[in-house]
Amino acid sequence: MSFEKFLFYVFAAFLVLAAVMVITRKNPVHSALFLVLAFFNSAGLWMLAEAEFLAIALVLVYVGAVMVLFLFVVMMLDVDVEAAKRGLTRYAPLGIGLALVMAIELINVIWLRKAVEDDVVGFAATPEGYNNTKALGSVLYTEHVYAFEIAAVILLLAIIAAITLTMRKRPGLKVQNIAKQVAVRAKDRIRVVKMDAEKKQ
Amino acid sequence: MIGLQHYLTISAMLFVLAIAGIIINRKNLILLLMCIELMLLAVNTNFIAFSRHLGDETGQVFVFFILTVAAAEAAIGLAILVVLFRNRRSIAVQELDTLKG
Repeated sequence: MSFEKFLFYVFAAFLVLAAVMVITRKNPVHSALFLVLAFFNSAGLWMLAEAEFLAIALVLVYVGAVMVLFLFVVMMLDVDVEAAKRGLTRYAPLGIGLALVMAIELINVIWLRKAVEDDVVGFAATPEGYNNTKALGSVLYTEHVYAFEIAAVILLLAIIAAITLTMRKRPGLKVQNIAKQVAVRAKDRIRVVKMDAEKKQ
Repeated sequence: MIGLQHYLTISAMLFVLAIAGIIINRKNLILLLMCIELMLLAVNTNFIAFSRHLGDETGQVFVFFILTVAAAEAAIGLAILVVLFRNRRSIAVQELDTLKG
Protein backbone atom coordinates (compact mmCIF):
# COMPACT_ATOMS: atom_id res chain seq x y z
CA MET A 1 0.00 0.00 0.00
CA SER A 2 1.52 3.28 -1.05
CA PHE A 3 1.84 6.16 1.38
CA GLU A 4 -0.71 8.20 -0.58
CA LYS A 5 -3.27 5.44 -0.31
CA PHE A 6 -2.58 5.11 3.39
CA LEU A 7 -3.08 8.87 3.85
CA PHE A 8 -6.33 8.73 1.90
CA TYR A 9 -7.73 6.01 4.13
CA VAL A 10 -6.62 7.80 7.31
CA PHE A 11 -8.29 11.03 6.22
CA ALA A 12 -11.40 9.18 5.04
CA ALA A 13 -11.71 7.22 8.27
CA PHE A 14 -11.39 10.33 10.42
CA LEU A 15 -13.82 12.19 8.16
CA VAL A 16 -16.53 9.56 8.52
CA LEU A 17 -15.85 9.22 12.24
CA ALA A 18 -16.11 12.99 12.71
CA ALA A 19 -19.34 13.11 10.68
CA VAL A 20 -20.85 10.35 12.84
CA MET A 21 -19.84 12.24 15.97
CA VAL A 22 -21.35 15.48 14.60
CA ILE A 23 -24.77 13.91 14.18
CA THR A 24 -24.79 11.87 17.39
CA ARG A 25 -23.43 14.24 20.03
CA LYS A 26 -26.07 15.85 22.23
CA ASN A 27 -24.01 18.89 23.06
CA PRO A 28 -23.93 21.33 20.10
CA VAL A 29 -20.47 22.56 21.14
CA HIS A 30 -19.06 19.05 20.72
CA SER A 31 -20.85 18.76 17.38
CA ALA A 32 -19.31 22.00 16.18
CA LEU A 33 -15.84 20.87 17.23
CA PHE A 34 -16.25 17.55 15.45
CA LEU A 35 -17.43 19.45 12.39
CA VAL A 36 -14.13 21.32 12.52
CA LEU A 37 -12.37 17.94 12.50
CA ALA A 38 -14.48 16.85 9.54
CA PHE A 39 -13.58 20.00 7.59
CA PHE A 40 -9.93 19.55 8.39
CA ASN A 41 -9.82 15.94 7.19
CA SER A 42 -11.79 16.90 4.13
CA ALA A 43 -9.17 19.52 3.38
CA GLY A 44 -6.60 16.74 3.59
CA LEU A 45 -8.54 14.71 1.03
CA TRP A 46 -8.77 17.72 -1.28
CA MET A 47 -5.04 18.20 -0.91
CA LEU A 48 -4.51 14.57 -1.97
CA ALA A 49 -6.66 15.30 -5.04
CA GLU A 50 -4.24 18.13 -5.82
CA ALA A 51 -6.79 20.88 -5.21
CA GLU A 52 -4.38 22.72 -2.94
CA PHE A 53 -5.89 26.18 -3.20
CA LEU A 54 -9.38 25.02 -2.23
CA ALA A 55 -8.01 22.82 0.56
CA ILE A 56 -6.31 25.82 2.16
CA ALA A 57 -9.36 27.99 1.48
CA LEU A 58 -11.53 25.42 3.23
CA VAL A 59 -9.34 25.49 6.32
CA LEU A 60 -9.09 29.28 6.36
CA VAL A 61 -12.70 30.11 5.51
CA TYR A 62 -14.52 27.25 7.21
CA VAL A 63 -12.40 26.32 10.18
CA GLY A 64 -11.21 29.88 10.66
CA ALA A 65 -14.40 31.84 10.09
CA VAL A 66 -17.62 29.89 9.67
CA MET A 67 -17.03 27.37 12.43
CA VAL A 68 -15.88 30.05 14.83
CA LEU A 69 -19.13 31.85 14.06
CA PHE A 70 -21.02 28.63 14.73
CA LEU A 71 -19.24 28.10 18.04
CA PHE A 72 -19.83 31.73 18.99
CA VAL A 73 -23.57 31.44 18.33
CA VAL A 74 -23.84 28.03 20.02
CA MET A 75 -22.17 29.34 23.15
CA MET A 76 -24.08 32.64 23.11
CA LEU A 77 -27.51 31.07 22.70
CA ASP A 78 -27.24 28.93 25.86
CA VAL A 79 -29.21 26.01 24.43
CA ASP A 80 -30.91 23.78 26.94
CA VAL A 81 -28.97 20.53 26.42
CA GLU A 82 -31.24 18.52 28.70
CA ALA A 83 -34.34 19.52 26.76
CA ALA A 84 -32.69 18.59 23.47
CA LYS A 85 -32.05 15.08 24.76
CA ARG A 86 -35.73 14.29 25.29
CA GLY A 87 -37.42 12.26 22.55
CA LEU A 88 -34.41 12.50 20.32
CA THR A 89 -34.06 8.85 19.49
CA ARG A 90 -37.63 8.30 18.31
CA TYR A 91 -36.72 8.98 14.69
CA ALA A 92 -33.23 7.49 14.94
CA PRO A 93 -34.18 4.06 13.48
CA LEU A 94 -35.84 5.78 10.52
CA GLY A 95 -32.80 7.97 9.95
CA ILE A 96 -30.32 5.11 10.21
CA GLY A 97 -32.42 2.87 7.98
CA LEU A 98 -32.80 5.55 5.32
CA ALA A 99 -29.09 6.31 5.50
CA LEU A 100 -28.18 2.65 5.11
CA VAL A 101 -30.46 2.17 2.10
CA MET A 102 -29.15 5.31 0.43
CA ALA A 103 -25.52 4.44 1.19
CA ILE A 104 -25.88 0.92 -0.25
CA GLU A 105 -27.56 2.24 -3.38
CA LEU A 106 -25.06 5.04 -3.96
CA ILE A 107 -22.00 2.90 -3.35
CA ASN A 108 -23.33 0.16 -5.61
CA VAL A 109 -23.86 2.66 -8.40
CA ILE A 110 -20.41 4.16 -7.90
CA TRP A 111 -18.62 0.79 -7.98
CA LEU A 112 -20.70 -0.57 -10.88
CA ARG A 113 -17.98 0.43 -13.30
CA LYS A 114 -15.41 -1.62 -11.44
CA ALA A 115 -17.67 -4.65 -11.74
CA VAL A 116 -17.87 -4.11 -15.49
CA GLU A 117 -14.26 -3.20 -16.20
CA ASP A 118 -12.65 -4.94 -13.26
CA ASP A 119 -10.36 -1.98 -12.72
CA VAL A 120 -10.32 1.18 -10.63
CA VAL A 121 -9.53 4.26 -12.67
CA GLY A 122 -6.79 6.19 -10.94
CA PHE A 123 -6.34 9.90 -11.48
CA ALA A 124 -4.17 10.80 -14.44
CA ALA A 125 -0.88 12.46 -13.52
CA THR A 126 -0.92 16.23 -13.72
CA PRO A 127 1.34 17.75 -16.39
CA GLU A 128 4.84 18.89 -15.49
CA GLY A 129 4.94 22.25 -13.73
CA TYR A 130 1.21 22.25 -13.02
CA ASN A 131 0.18 24.92 -10.55
CA ASN A 132 -3.30 24.50 -9.13
CA THR A 133 -3.64 28.06 -7.85
CA LYS A 134 -2.44 29.50 -11.14
CA ALA A 135 -4.72 27.26 -13.19
CA LEU A 136 -7.72 28.10 -10.99
CA GLY A 137 -6.98 31.81 -11.16
CA SER A 138 -6.59 31.79 -14.91
CA VAL A 139 -10.11 30.42 -15.41
CA LEU A 140 -11.68 32.25 -12.48
CA TYR A 141 -10.68 35.73 -13.64
CA THR A 142 -11.37 35.16 -17.33
CA GLU A 143 -14.21 32.77 -18.09
CA HIS A 144 -15.99 33.10 -14.76
CA VAL A 145 -15.31 36.72 -13.96
CA TYR A 146 -19.00 37.72 -13.88
CA ALA A 147 -19.80 34.88 -11.51
CA PHE A 148 -16.84 36.02 -9.41
CA GLU A 149 -18.29 39.52 -9.19
CA ILE A 150 -21.71 38.16 -8.32
CA ALA A 151 -20.04 36.18 -5.53
CA ALA A 152 -18.65 39.44 -4.20
CA VAL A 153 -22.14 40.97 -4.27
CA ILE A 154 -23.53 37.91 -2.46
CA LEU A 155 -20.96 38.34 0.29
CA LEU A 156 -21.81 42.04 0.60
CA LEU A 157 -25.49 41.10 0.77
CA ALA A 158 -24.75 38.57 3.50
CA ILE A 159 -22.89 41.20 5.52
CA ILE A 160 -25.74 43.70 5.20
CA ALA A 161 -28.41 41.09 5.92
CA ALA A 162 -26.65 39.68 8.98
CA ILE A 163 -26.01 43.13 10.44
CA THR A 164 -29.52 44.48 9.81
CA LEU A 165 -31.07 41.30 11.23
CA THR A 166 -29.14 41.37 14.47
CA MET A 167 -28.94 45.12 15.04
CA ARG A 168 -31.40 46.36 17.62
CA LYS A 169 -32.22 49.60 19.37
CA ARG A 170 -32.43 49.16 23.09
CA PRO A 171 -34.59 51.71 24.91
CA GLY A 172 -33.00 53.86 27.59
CA LEU A 173 -29.52 53.53 26.17
CA LYS A 174 -27.35 56.65 26.39
CA VAL A 175 -25.64 57.09 23.05
CA GLN A 176 -24.07 59.99 21.20
CA ASN A 177 -25.74 61.34 18.08
CA ILE A 178 -22.70 62.27 16.04
CA ALA A 179 -24.65 64.07 13.30
CA LYS A 180 -26.38 66.24 15.85
CA GLN A 181 -23.09 67.00 17.59
CA VAL A 182 -21.39 67.99 14.37
CA ALA A 183 -24.31 70.11 13.18
CA VAL A 184 -24.46 72.21 16.33
CA ARG A 185 -23.54 75.93 16.03
CA ALA A 186 -22.12 78.19 18.72
CA LYS A 187 -25.06 80.59 18.56
CA ASP A 188 -27.45 77.80 19.52
CA ARG A 189 -25.57 77.11 22.70
CA ILE A 190 -24.21 80.47 23.92
CA ARG A 191 -26.16 83.65 24.39
CA VAL A 192 -23.98 86.77 24.55
CA VAL A 193 -25.51 89.33 26.87
CA LYS A 194 -24.51 92.99 26.69
CA MET A 195 -24.36 94.83 30.00
CA ASP A 196 -22.43 97.61 31.66
CA ALA A 197 -19.45 96.73 33.72
CA GLU A 198 -20.08 96.82 37.45
CA LYS A 199 -18.21 99.59 39.25
CA LYS A 200 -16.45 99.04 42.53
CA GLN A 201 -18.07 101.03 45.34
CA MET B 1 -4.56 3.37 -6.80
CA ILE B 2 -6.86 6.00 -5.37
CA GLY B 3 -9.34 7.03 -8.04
CA LEU B 4 -12.63 8.70 -8.68
CA GLN B 5 -14.63 5.90 -7.10
CA HIS B 6 -12.91 6.25 -3.75
CA TYR B 7 -13.67 9.95 -3.57
CA LEU B 8 -17.27 9.43 -4.70
CA THR B 9 -17.71 6.73 -2.07
CA ILE B 10 -16.42 8.91 0.74
CA SER B 11 -18.59 11.82 -0.31
CA ALA B 12 -21.63 9.54 -0.66
CA MET B 13 -21.05 8.33 2.90
CA LEU B 14 -20.72 11.91 4.10
CA PHE B 15 -23.92 12.96 2.34
CA VAL B 16 -25.88 10.00 3.70
CA LEU B 17 -24.60 10.69 7.23
CA ALA B 18 -25.75 14.29 6.88
CA ILE B 19 -29.24 13.16 5.83
CA ALA B 20 -29.37 10.79 8.81
CA GLY B 21 -28.26 13.68 11.00
CA ILE B 22 -31.08 15.88 9.74
CA ILE B 23 -33.62 13.20 10.57
CA ILE B 24 -32.13 12.36 13.97
CA ASN B 25 -31.52 15.94 15.13
CA ARG B 26 -34.60 17.50 13.62
CA LYS B 27 -35.38 19.37 16.85
CA ASN B 28 -32.16 21.32 17.01
CA LEU B 29 -31.81 24.13 14.49
CA ILE B 30 -28.07 24.55 15.00
CA LEU B 31 -27.42 20.89 14.28
CA LEU B 32 -29.61 21.10 11.19
CA LEU B 33 -27.41 23.92 9.91
CA MET B 34 -24.30 21.87 10.66
CA CYS B 35 -25.73 18.90 8.75
CA ILE B 36 -26.36 21.16 5.77
CA GLU B 37 -22.71 22.22 5.96
CA LEU B 38 -21.71 18.53 5.93
CA MET B 39 -23.87 17.96 2.84
CA LEU B 40 -22.25 20.87 1.05
CA LEU B 41 -18.86 19.43 1.96
CA ALA B 42 -19.84 16.12 0.35
CA VAL B 43 -20.99 17.92 -2.80
CA ASN B 44 -17.75 19.90 -2.91
CA THR B 45 -15.71 16.72 -2.58
CA ASN B 46 -17.63 15.30 -5.54
CA PHE B 47 -16.88 18.39 -7.58
CA ILE B 48 -13.19 18.23 -6.77
CA ALA B 49 -12.95 14.51 -7.54
CA PHE B 50 -14.58 14.99 -10.93
CA SER B 51 -12.48 18.08 -11.64
CA ARG B 52 -9.34 16.05 -10.97
CA HIS B 53 -10.65 13.09 -12.93
CA LEU B 54 -11.48 15.15 -16.02
CA GLY B 55 -8.48 17.47 -15.70
CA ASP B 56 -10.77 20.50 -15.89
CA GLU B 57 -10.59 23.34 -13.36
CA THR B 58 -14.22 24.41 -13.86
CA GLY B 59 -15.31 22.00 -11.14
CA GLN B 60 -12.98 23.71 -8.70
CA VAL B 61 -14.40 27.09 -9.69
CA PHE B 62 -17.80 25.70 -8.76
CA VAL B 63 -16.46 24.65 -5.38
CA PHE B 64 -15.15 28.16 -4.90
CA PHE B 65 -18.60 29.63 -5.47
CA ILE B 66 -20.30 26.99 -3.32
CA LEU B 67 -17.94 27.91 -0.48
CA THR B 68 -18.84 31.58 -0.93
CA VAL B 69 -22.57 30.96 -0.95
CA ALA B 70 -22.34 28.52 1.96
CA ALA B 71 -20.46 31.08 4.04
CA ALA B 72 -23.14 33.68 3.26
CA GLU B 73 -25.86 31.17 4.06
CA ALA B 74 -24.27 30.24 7.39
CA ALA B 75 -23.89 33.91 8.36
CA ILE B 76 -27.50 34.78 7.55
CA GLY B 77 -28.84 31.54 9.04
CA LEU B 78 -27.04 32.15 12.31
CA ALA B 79 -28.22 35.77 12.34
CA ILE B 80 -31.81 34.58 11.94
CA LEU B 81 -31.18 32.09 14.75
CA VAL B 82 -29.90 34.84 17.05
CA VAL B 83 -32.91 37.05 16.32
CA LEU B 84 -35.23 34.09 16.86
CA PHE B 85 -33.61 33.31 20.20
CA ARG B 86 -33.85 36.97 21.23
CA ASN B 87 -37.57 37.07 20.50
CA ARG B 88 -38.67 33.61 21.71
CA ARG B 89 -35.93 32.69 24.23
CA SER B 90 -35.82 29.27 22.53
CA ILE B 91 -34.73 27.75 19.23
CA ALA B 92 -36.64 24.47 19.59
CA VAL B 93 -38.16 23.62 16.24
CA GLN B 94 -41.44 22.34 17.70
CA GLU B 95 -42.16 25.71 19.29
CA LEU B 96 -41.84 27.58 16.00
CA ASP B 97 -45.49 27.21 15.05
CA THR B 98 -46.57 30.84 14.81
CA LEU B 99 -47.14 30.54 11.06
CA LYS B 100 -49.29 27.41 11.23
CA GLY B 101 -51.71 27.47 8.35
